[in-house]
This record gives sequence, C-alpha cells and structure tokens, in this order.
Amino acid sequence: MTPYGSFTFFFIIALLLAPTIILGLNGRKIYNYNIFVTVIALALIFSSNLNGVVALVIFTLWQVLLIKGYLFYRQNNNKTWVFCLAVIGSILPLFISKLTPILGAENWIGFLGISYLTFKGTQLIIETRDGLLKKGLPIIKLLYFILFFPTISSGPIDRYRRFEKDLSLVLTKEQYKVMLFEGTNKIFLGFLYKYIIGYYINQNIIAKLHHIAESEFQDHLYYMYAYSMYLFFDFAGYTAFAIGVSYIMGIKSPENFNKPFISKNIKDFWNRWHMSLSFWFRDYVYMRFVFWITKNKLIENKIVVSNLGYILLFLLMGVWHGLEIQYVIYGIYHAFLMVAYNSFERFNKQYKWWPQNKVTHIISIIITFHVVCFGFYIFSGKLFH
Amino acid sequence: MDFKQEVLELLAEICKEDVVKEDTNIDLFENGLLDSFGIVEFLVKVEEKFNITVPITEVDRETWNTPNNIANQLEDFR
Repeated sequence: MTPYGSFTFFFIIALLLAPTIILGLNGRKIYNYNIFVTVIALALIFSSNLNGVVALVIFTLWQVLLIKGYLFYRQNNNKTWVFCLAVIGSILPLFISKLTPILGAENWIGFLGISYLTFKGTQLIIETRDGLLKKGLPIIKLLYFILFFPTISSGPIDRYRRFEKDLSLVLTKEQYKVMLFEGTNKIFLGFLYKYIIGYYINQNIIAKLHHIAESEFQDHLYYMYAYSMYLFFDFAGYTAFAIGVSYIMGIKSPENFNKPFISKNIKDFWNRWHMSLSFWFRDYVYMRFVFWITKNKLIENKIVVSNLGYILLFLLMGVWHGLEIQYVIYGIYHAFLMVAYNSFERFNKQYKWWPQNKVTHIISIIITFHVVCFGFYIFSGKLFH
Repeated sequence: MDFKQEVLELLAEICKEDVVKEDTNIDLFENGLLDSFGIVEFLVKVEEKFNITVPITEVDRETWNTPNNIANQLEDFR
C-alpha cells in the first residue's frame, strides 16, 4: 500500500492513531504504543511486495551492523580509512539499487524509501566520527529512527539527535493538544495541495496539453510551468501528510518547503525547496568538503573552494535522484547556477552593481522563478524522451 | 584580551564587518553576515587559534545566531 496514496490508507492510520491521540490528550507516554503502530504500518506499506520486505530487512540489518560496529570501533580508534569504508558501506546498497536499472539488471536490493533511509545511516556514521553520539545508540531507538513510518517513503530527512530529543520528551496534555491541532491542520493542507490542486493541474492541464498547445514549442513551454507547479503541490502535499502524522505521533519532523516560488536567488531557493535534503547535503557534504580543504590549505582561493563545494554537492544531489541522464543534467544545471550566483554575489558585494530595493527584489523573484522552472523541466525528463 | 573579545575579533575578521563587535546581538544569518562558508572558515580559525574543535553539525543556526551566543557556545566547548 502506497503511503498516503489512498483513502483506505488514511482510514487505517486514523484507526491506528486513535489510541495515540487518547494517550497524548491524557498526558501519557505515547512512545511504546507508537512503536507498535510503526510495525503495523510498515507491514501494511510493504505487504504487497515480498521482495520489498526482504530488501528492507537486509538493508536495515546492514545499516544497524555498520553503525553499531563503527560506534564500537570509534570508542578507542579513529582512523580515516575506516571511517571512509564505513561511509562507503552505508551508501553501497543505494548505489547498487541506482546502478542496476541502468545496467538493465533486476533491482533486487531496492525498496520504497531506500534513497531517504540511506541519509539516516550515513548521517549516523559521520556523527559517530564527530563523537556526537555521547549517549550511545539504544537499538530500539535506532530502529525506530530508521524505520519511522510517516516519513519512510520520501522524507523529510530527520536528524538522529533531533529525533531522539523528541522521543525523550513526555508531552503535557496542553503541549500534545497543540501538536495534534498542528498535525491535523497539516494533513488537511496536504489534501488541498496533493489531491485538489496537484490533481487538478495534472488532470486538466498536463494531461490535456496536446489540446491546449498549438505547437511543439508551446507544448514544452506550458509543460515546463505546469509540471513545476504540479511537482510542488504533489510533493509539498505528501510532505504535509508526513509531517502531520509525525506531529500526531509526537515527533516534530523538519519542514521541507518554505514558499519556494518567492525565492530571490538560487541560494535562497535551496533554503526553501526540499530543505531537509539540501540542508543534509549542506551540512554533510559541502561544509565538510570546505572544512577539509581550508584546514589542510589545499586551495588558497576562497571562491574556488566554495564553487568546488557547490559542484560536488549538486552533482551528488543530481545522481542521488537516479543515474538517468535528466538527473545528471539537473545536477550540472544547478551546480552551474550556484557557481554563477556565488561569483556574482561576491562581485556585487564589492561593486554594488545590483542595488537592493523593492523593484530589484521583485525582478529577482521573477528571474529566479523562471530559472527554477527550467530546472524542473530538465528534471521531468520530457526533453530526453 | 579576554576570550570573548578574541572571539568577537575573529568573527569580525570572518564577516568583514566591525558591526559584529558593536552590536553583539545582531542575527548573523538573517543579516547575511555569515553563511555556510563563513561558519566553516570560522571553525577552522577557532581550531587553529584556541585549539577548540567544534563538529560542523553542532553549529545549530538557531542557537549560534548572534556574536554573543557564539561566544557563549564556544565558552562551553572550552
């Protein structure tokens, strides 16, 4: 059963969460019952596909063994090559599952959500190396973090230490009431986004483009904007469900969207679009890369360091979506935009060529909007098929 | 010079603005004084100068947002 994909799914989740809500509204601990809910929900989500279940179990075992093993090793040792091996190990299943479709082989290792769960494993290896998991990693909490069902298929990507903080809180009646209210609100926002606006765009614009457009060019042009809007409402709708259900379970999953279409430049856009993903890459790839280069004084020129960091980040983000040509080019496109904007920003700081006022602000938003939509057009793959 | 003053000096050097020494409650991220690159530059310098290692993911932008808060956070790491 696809998460948030049918009325039946919502109905079952509502039934399963009724005891959580009653416990929460009475100021009682909801953690133990929620673990039970997660097990049932996972069974529901994966039950239609036995291969998926096997792949999920193998993946989870592999990640837990890696993390626990590395945590044990890290107590007394800290060799860089062991760390690198552990990181490669945590990415390996995802890598294989992205590679097999390209090679035309059967994707036995992939399952719904593998792309998102990989972030959780890799993150824990890196945080272990940084010595940040001082409280240890109780196995139940670790499993609950990896397999937390509301966000399992497509995020938002949470951080372990943030997640763990929520778990150890016992909410008062009043606090839970607020969470329940906000969560329910988000779920209904999700219905509006995904099943009313997104659905409408898809059914009445995208599906009927061949009637609306009078030429091939118009067809592609209208598709570019319609698809961009559809992608936002569909994904933001899904995210609202995921965050809403998390809230009802007492977990404040991070936000993914913050009005992305009013971004004033491409950097601003990546602080507003799929935020949990871009922040992950920012914290675990870009900043670490820049830190490593700067500390070892490998490259003196700051603009070069920062641009190389952006290129690395966006190429990785591109291929993370898949190794198909449209994702690779999408990554290159955004790497190029960030490098161009980064250079422009530094230039402008010095020469004040582009002043900051209301008019330039609006022009910036309009330019960024079209540039971003062109990115989604690449991403959609329509250009290549 | 006390520790806090040294941190503020370093921060001013990274942000290239003396305002961070004067208004120590200014939000560095909202005012575009510090970004990811600036944070990293700052952490590298902190490690060199004070021998304090701060892991990158410890820098939570909600609690490391002003010169004052940054100085206090570093004080805790010492």
